[in-house]
Amino acid sequence: MSTNYEDRDFGFEREYERAGGPMGRGGRRMQRRKSCRFCIDKVDLIDFKDVKLLQSYIPERGKILPRRISGACATHQRMLAEAIKRARNIAFLPYAAD
Amino acid sequence: MAEKRIYEVVFIIDPGADDEEVMKLSEAVQKIVTSQSGAITKTELMGKRQLAYEINHKREGIYVLLEIEGSGAEIAELERRMRVNDRILRYITVRVDEDRRRADKLKERRARKAAKRATAPKQRESAPPGGAEEEDYAA
Repeated sequence: MSTNYEDRDFGFEREYERAGGPMGRGGRRMQRRKSCRFCIDKVDLIDFKDVKLLQSYIPERGKILPRRISGACATHQRMLAEAIKRARNIAFLPYAAD
Repeated sequence: MAEKRIYEVVFIIDPGADDEEVMKLSEAVQKIVTSQSGAITKTELMGKRQLAYEINHKREGIYVLLEIEGSGAEIAELERRMRVNDRILRYITVRVDEDRRRADKLKERRARKAAKRATAPKQRESAPPGGAEEEDYAA
């Protein structure tokens, strides 16, 4: 199973720098600098019961999406990780999938 | 203890339990909390849900969410009781008052900043727009 996060499209953090297509010159995707979703939405608290939100931050393997992919700022990534761990404890989310 | 603490407690009841048993359990919880001079401010029956992984060979469970206000003594007692009750598959207690206070503070600071920006817009005209959002969480 692939754990290459860079190639997966999570639908929210990816914006291309040019209209010329997804690939940059070196074959690697060009990406605009991501900005923190939670900062933009002005989220102060991430609830561990908000399963829908948390689910978009765990790829199919069940791991926590790293910051370099999720684009979250340090503060929000910390909140997110904490919430995901709590949610795992009460079986809202899996510890490991498959 | 002088200050009030607010906790969120979520626990999972065995899926085999019927409505009556669920009622009885939540009543028992209520009694424990009030006997330790705590107060239940919210009860929410989240109903039967699929578990993300098996607990005691069960794939689903009945979720109950409580919000409890008190000193912390009632939480200790409640957790002790839940641990020995084999109809309760799992529980989690989270203290929320501190996080909520923090969230309120951030919100207030944002409101203050917005107000300041509104009253003194002239100097900032040369600055590129949209640069202020990142500052909110920087400090």
